[in-house]
This record gives sequence, structure tokens and C-alpha cells, in this order.
Amino acid sequence: MYDNKQLQEISTQVRRDILRMVCSAKSGHPGGSMSSTDILTTLYFNEMKQDPATWTRDGKGQDMFILSAGHMTPVYYSVLARAGYFPVSELATFRTFGARLQGHPSIRKSLPGIFQASGSLGQGLSAACGLALGKKLDKDDNFVFCLCGDGESEEGQIWEAGMFAVFHKLDNLIAMTDWNGKQIDGPVELVAGEGDLSAKWEAWGWNTIVADGHDFDSIAKAFELAKAAKGSGKPTMILFKTEMGHGVDFMAGTHKWHGSVPKPEQLEDALKQLGETSLGDF
Amino acid sequence: MKKYIDTGKKDTRSGFGVGLLEAGRADSRVVALTADLKGSLKMDAFAAEFPERFIQCGIAEANMVGAAAGLAITGKIPFIGSFAEFVTGRVYDQVRQEVSYGKANVKIASSHAGITLGEDGATHQTMEDLALMRALPEMVVINPCDFNQTKNATIAAAKYVGPVYLRFGRPSVPNFTPEDEEFVIGKAQILNEGKDVTIIACGHLVWEALQAAEALEAEGIGAEVINMATVKPLDENAILTSAAKTKAIVVAEEHNMAGGLGEAVAGLLARTVPAPVEFVNGKDLFGQSGTPSALMAAYGLDAQHIAEAAKKVIARK
Ligand SMILES: Cc1ncc(C[n+]2csc(CCOP(=O)(O)OP(=O)(O)O)c2C)c(N)n1
Ligand SMILES: [Mg+2]
Repeated sequence: MYDNKQLQEISTQVRRDILRMVCSAKSGHPGGSMSSTDILTTLYFNEMKQDPATWTRDGKGQDMFILSAGHMTPVYYSVLARAGYFPVSELATFRTFGARLQGHPSIRKSLPGIFQASGSLGQGLSAACGLALGKKLDKDDNFVFCLCGDGESEEGQIWEAGMFAVFHKLDNLIAMTDWNGKQIDGPVELVAGEGDLSAKWEAWGWNTIVADGHDFDSIAKAFELAKAAKGSGKPTMILFKTEMGHGVDFMAGTHKWHGSVPKPEQLEDALKQLGETSLGDF
Repeated sequence: MKKYIDTGKKDTRSGFGVGLLEAGRADSRVVALTADLKGSLKMDAFAAEFPERFIQCGIAEANMVGAAAGLAITGKIPFIGSFAEFVTGRVYDQVRQEVSYGKANVKIASSHAGITLGEDGATHQTMEDLALMRALPEMVVINPCDFNQTKNATIAAAKYVGPVYLRFGRPSVPNFTPEDEEFVIGKAQILNEGKDVTIIACGHLVWEALQAAEALEAEGIGAEVINMATVKPLDENAILTSAAKTKAIVVAEEHNMAGGLGEAVAGLLARTVPAPVEFVNGKDLFGQSGTPSALMAAYGLDAQHIAEAAKKVIARK
């Protein structure tokens, strides 16, 4: 287990990676990546039963993860690399021609750690339901995790999966939402009026937990409650309250950084704010 | 050969934005819908001028298609905009039932089409949308070649009564067609006359076809270049007249082989006057991340590959 200080160190490094990746690719999505950094760091370093050395796409005997919000590849690739799935130096190839690190997760380039392609929003939770059901059929006692965006949750298919998971009693499924309140065209409430997500998931019959996605104690507690629900017959949805662009003052809390690339002087400023870590840049 | 001048590179999606605003000013029935891609679809100016006629749908494309059909039934002229994949493949059945079969006067504004979407990679790069939309009975399918033509095609789509699929892209490309030339749906343009080979192209590959024709001319080969901006209904006369003269055809498109412009042209020729055809297209592959120009070269979608195809087809005469 990593303690909060170590998790913070990793998260800081992941945020540095995110910014350096989108700047070197001159494209990509830093905002949501930075809001879900602390969640994914905790998931891969403390919560998931996973091992890069024995990883296979079928996930047998291990926990599995689907990034339903496929645009958040910067955080996903950084966490996978830092967890040992592929060399950290490969982060420099993000979004370049021929790279394994495609703009959105691809299983066609044999990048270790990726269970399913994503990028067309709203589809990953259904795939996660299938993985969870497959594990049940296999009597494989491990968990399936899935991360959705709050904007992404406007897709009807998310709610189809919501019904399916309850009906099939997928209590080995732990879904998470990066509830940052922002999407491309603006604040979620001004774009779509999504309302209270917790009341909605609750109404579908999910074990619904609201947590602070930037507080490692709150994140750990949420996972503890989610895992304890195994045996209850209910799938879990953890709604992580987060901030888009978290960790850098001029990026925090605005939808403008959903898919924008910092200028060189902004990158320098951002890296200074984050500070260096003992892990080192790629 | 006739000279075409690039008046400055522009993205075709911006042509759509300008055309939408003009269409909205000309006709108060025009409304615009998007699924969280207002900026990407260049709908900002329309939304600012006509806030009550701009409808933000959130990331819920299937509902947007149905709502647009409903609006059309009440007499509005809805333009629904998203990335090409998300207004075709993602919602194919909604488009088929609500818009096409339902004869709803909806205009599908399809941006970031093809491989030139670039770095986002295969999930977003549809090379199959023309096939899906061509397959729908009566659907008008338009893939203009530059900023000006996209603007003019948008205005024409608003005036036309019936479902229209309007495809355009993200990268800045040469702008060379006349600024205010009326776009006539179903009418191809002969951009250059030639006697040895006919190059039929749509979208971003029209400019490449012109470059190829210039290179071929330097080698003494006369290439006729046809801008087939309307992919459906096909201007059969234009194709047959040119084929009768050159007896060798190249079809170039930023789309895969299956169901694209190439198969449409080949089908016509097979039914009428068979002639050898070579295809410049994305073959049967998914795209990947990269810069638009690197991808166009890697997938063989440029002037050089068109010129090579022209020589190959001439040799088959
Ligand atoms: C089906 C589909 N529609 C539209 C898009 C384009 N798109 C990519 S990310 C995004 C916004 C997602 O919002 P959210 O899930 O809240 O992620 P965040 O902006 O917080 O990173 C949109 C509209 C897409 N990728 N897939
Ligand atoms: Mg969000």
C-alpha cells in the first residue's frame, strides 16, 4: 500500500506527464485527465489487483479497468506507464504516427494494459458490464472498474447499462464518474442540465457513493465501501467530485481546458506550480 | 491546363459555419442543433445571432436526431452537427427511421470527416460514412471540396426540401472555388478538360486531383478533372460523357473502398459502358493517430498516388 504522501507524489508526476504529453503532441485532453488523476493513481497503485508482468487482455484472475471517457488518455497512459505496463519514455510518442499511444485507447497497437478501445463516448460502461458478467460466469472473484465522464453520462447508453447492471446483479462492478461539472461547450448544467447524478444512480438501484476525488482518504474510503458491497447484488457507482484542470491555477475549474494545449510559457508556469518529483519526467 | 489559385487555406467546417449563418438570415425556419460540439462545428456565430434557434442537446446524439425530425415535422429546417462518426454510425438507425424513412427535412452537418481529423485516431476518423448515408433511399450526399464550396453547399442544402448529408472536415485546405458560386445539387463540375484519363474526386481530394493533373500534363498526359461534390444523386451524364472520351477513370476520395464514390462510379460504368477504373481511397483499413498530411501520404490519399493511378489505368485501356 502506498501512503497518501506517496500517492500525492505519483499524482503530481502524472499531472506533469499529462501536460508534457499534450504539449509535445500539440493536441489531447488535459482538463478531464487532471480531474481524474488522483482517482486513477489510487486505483492502479492501491486498489486494483493487477500486475503488468502477467497482464493479458482477457484479465483472468485480475481486476480489470475500462476508460469509458476515452479522451482521458493522457492520465491513463501516464498511470499505466508509471505502474510498469510500458516504458515511461514511450509517453513521448503520444498521438504521433505509428505510436502505440493512440489519441484514444486502441487495442490494435498491442499496448499492454488496454482491455478495450474507447473514444466514442457512452459505450465503455456497457463493455464493463460484459466483463463483470464474464467474470461471474467464470467464477472469477475479481472486480471490474470503469471511469465515465459527467458529460459522457448524457449518453443514453450509459443509462441502458445502468439498468442492465442492476438487473444482472453485477456487484463485482465498480463504476466511477469524474464529476467535474464541465464538458466541451461549458458547465454541464448549462449544456445539458444533467441534474443530481447521485439521485439518478440511486433511483436505478445502484450502491451510490459520493466522494471527494482530490482527497486520498475520501477516495480510499469510497473504494472500501464499494468493495464491501460485493455480495449485496448491487453494482456500485462512485461519484467523485472533482475539478477540471486540478493542480494548476489557471487551468482549474474551467471547461476551456477540456481539450486545449498550454502554450510553452503556460507549460513552464504549470510545471513550476506542480513542482518536481523524485520520479522524474519522461 | 486551367489554373486554380488557392486564395488562402481555410477549413471546410468554417465554410459550413458561414453558410449556416447566411441560411439562417435568409430563412427563419433554419435551426441548428449540436451535441456538445458547438465550437468544433463553427456554430458560434449562428448561436450568437439566433440564440432561440440554437439548440444545445448535450452529448446525446440519438436524441438529437429524433428531436430534429420532430422539429422538421413542425416546419423547421434543422441542421444537426457533430463529428462525422457521431452523426452517422453512432445514430444510423435514428437517421434511417426518423429522418430518411420518415422524410423529415433534416440536414446532417458532418464535420471532422475522414482521416484528416488527425491525432484523435481511428475512433473518430470515419472512413465509412459515405457508404452508410449512400445506402439510405433518397438521401442526398454532399462532400464539398473547399471553404467556399462548403458554404455554398450549406445554403443549397437549406433550400432543398428533404434529408441531406453534408460532409466536411477539420484541416485547413486550399480555397480555390468561386466565393459565391451557386451550388447545384447533383451537378458535377468539370474543373479541367483532358482526353487521356478522367479523375473524379470529392472533398479534400479534389485539390489533390488538380495537382495530379498538373503533374500529368508535364508528362504530356491530359487529365480531365471532375469535382463530384454531390456523391448522391450521382451526375451520371458528366461521368458517361467524360468516360466516352477518355476511356480510363480514376476515382479519389477520403473514404474507404466499400460503398464510397469509387464503387458508385464503378457500378454506373459496369451497368453502361464498362471502362477500366483505378481507385484512390482508404482501402479496407482503420485510421490511426498522426498529422493530417502524414496520414494522407501514408494511406495513399494524395496527388502523387492519384497521378500513379492515372498512369496505371491508362495502361489498362
Ligand atoms: C459519442 C461522442 N460524442 C461526442 C464526442 C466528442 N467529445 C469528446 S469529449 C467530450 C466531452 C466530454 O465531457 P466529459 O465526459 O464531462 O469529460 P471532460 O470534459 O470532463 O473531460 C465530447 C463531446 C465523443 N468523443 N463521442
Ligand atoms: Mg466533465
